[in-house]
Amino acid sequence: MEAEGRPRRVLIVGATSAIASEVARRYAAGGASLVLTGRNPARLAAVGDDLRVRGAGSVETEILDLLDRGRHAAVVKRAFGGPLDVALIAHGDLPDQQRCQTDPGEAARALELNLVATVELLTLLAGEFQAQGSGTIAVVTSVAGDRGRQSNYVYGAAKAGVGVFLQGLRQRLRATGVRVVTLKPGFVDTPMTAHLPPNPLASSPQRAARAIYRAIESHRDVAYIPWFWRPVMALIRAVPESLFKRLRL
Amino acid sequence: MTPFPIRPGRSWGRYPATRHSRVLRARWRDQPPTLSDLRGPLLASGCGRSYGDSGLNADGVLIDATGLDRFIELGEHGLLRCEAGVTLAEILDLVVPRGWCLPVVPGTRWVTVGGAIANDIHGKNHHRLGTFGAHVTRFELARSSGERLLCSAESNPELFAATIGGLGLTGLILWAELRLQRVPGPGIDQETIRFEGLDGFLTIAAEDVHHEYTVAWVDCLSRGRHLGRGVYLRGAHHPLPADWAPLAVGPRLRVPCDAPSALLNRLTISAFNALNYRRAPRVRSRRAVPFAPFFFPLDAIGDWNRLYGRRGFVQYQCVVPETAGAEAIHEILERVGTSREVPGLGVLKRFGAQRSPGLLSFPRPGLTLAVDLAFRGHATLELLEGLDAVVRQAGGAVYPAKDARMSGESFRAFFPAWERFSRHMDPRFSSSFWRRVNGS
Repeated sequence: MEAEGRPRRVLIVGATSAIASEVARRYAAGGASLVLTGRNPARLAAVGDDLRVRGAGSVETEILDLLDRGRHAAVVKRAFGGPLDVALIAHGDLPDQQRCQTDPGEAARALELNLVATVELLTLLAGEFQAQGSGTIAVVTSVAGDRGRQSNYVYGAAKAGVGVFLQGLRQRLRATGVRVVTLKPGFVDTPMTAHLPPNPLASSPQRAARAIYRAIESHRDVAYIPWFWRPVMALIRAVPESLFKRLRL
Repeated sequence: MTPFPIRPGRSWGRYPATRHSRVLRARWRDQPPTLSDLRGPLLASGCGRSYGDSGLNADGVLIDATGLDRFIELGEHGLLRCEAGVTLAEILDLVVPRGWCLPVVPGTRWVTVGGAIANDIHGKNHHRLGTFGAHVTRFELARSSGERLLCSAESNPELFAATIGGLGLTGLILWAELRLQRVPGPGIDQETIRFEGLDGFLTIAAEDVHHEYTVAWVDCLSRGRHLGRGVYLRGAHHPLPADWAPLAVGPRLRVPCDAPSALLNRLTISAFNALNYRRAPRVRSRRAVPFAPFFFPLDAIGDWNRLYGRRGFVQYQCVVPETAGAEAIHEILERVGTSREVPGLGVLKRFGAQRSPGLLSFPRPGLTLAVDLAFRGHATLELLEGLDAVVRQAGGAVYPAKDARMSGESFRAFFPAWERFSRHMDPRFSSSFWRRVNGS
């Protein structure tokens, strides 16, 4: 699915995450030009070097803290330094649910990073993509957004918010030729989840990245990562609330 | 990254079984785990392909280095810099299409660069290019003191020599730089020669100094005048055209569960060996093959170690000097063949005169033999103790990367530099192997 004759240009926000850097490797192997953002300069540089060696046509890096709103526009402008094929939004942070329950500031911060910052960035990207008349916006959300659970409902609420935003955006952009892909990973074995007990349904970042790459390249609307989370979540969504509230999920 | 999930607590031979108090992941080379904060002995771990207990650290901390999986730089002249958890599979996948190859590869591509250095691994071209460590130009080592030391022949040369083949005991390797070799293409011009017995092998090996890669498979159950019969393989790089598959994909076949231990017995193995022997052409034959099946035939079957069943297996690899060589190998094959043990694949090769760079490097000039043996408890250990005596007598050595049972006395005889080595160890690093051979 190469754009005719020219290497693809891909923006990855949150490129130092285990999943995002694996997806980036797939694009790098195809010679893509990559624009990467991340918070930690040394880590971003390490990821950038890796992708250069693996065949990326070019790698540009931008240090970006998503909470630093003033910088979003500059980053989007840089990404559109050439025709942009894909923007993958993969930043995020799993907040400490216990702390969110007692510290409203913590809950607000989690929503700000996982929802508000994403919406801001998406609004800017949507405008540019619309003007360009082509491209794919892909966003990593989570199965946690499919149903609120006591173990992670603040995170889930943020991801659900992003999911609904993307549904609307998808409708809005449909006629302009811009695609919107909602990616819903289940439990992935990454540093973000390393402190949690092992999960039998966990998949590796490599497997998640493979599924994400495929979902983006085949313009899926909503993709569960990996696929089996679709039936699992369908089941979980089907449980009546009167029963669900009694469960210890 | 490896498609084989690490199962901490067991090595590739699945004997012995141990527990670690903690498995910690290293992911960023600029910010390795703070080693001084950890409790208990430390040991870095890669793909877990060491056979015995040199990669285990019972009741201690295992530092999983497979997250250090980034390339850093590939220079025009084939100088590659990458993090220590990058696998040889990933390197080959990257460099072979660009006309380069690793100078030394072992029998599996699922090992990390850090593991390859720590065991100073060798391959089918030892007689030409020596060990893996001979092509490593420098690396960075994180020590529990918090120091991060650049090691090379010029900078910290003693620590450089101690770390190559140092079984991971000198600290955590963060990244390394190595020299690749130019190759004409992704193929191997392979020649297959059947030999009747050990003498047949020696005749071919003696005339064989020009081939880049040489190795022989031996039937460890053949006796009498057929003792040591087998199939000799040799090859050279060849510009095979397009029809080669990308490498880093996992195997198509996988052993799904532990086989019943009765599956592999002397009868089934004998039959398999005879089949393998007769399948090889009676006369010399040559053909071009892709390099992966030539170098890594067993990688085609995932988790093949499970064929040996729940109790696992031990691999015995020794080297004996050329002078004592043939007789000692003859004696070892004789003992294995007449025992009641169950030997799988045997591999025979002649090491060259290249000096190994590590203080504890295993390869040295002579003949090397490797045999898998199903682990059957005391009897297996007793047979191997006897083989150690033969090797000691011959002035040879047994390979720690594959060992789960050699005595401290044998270790010190095989590796006379051990005392000098131990001065360079990181005081916080240790392994089940090291504690075993040092009697603690």
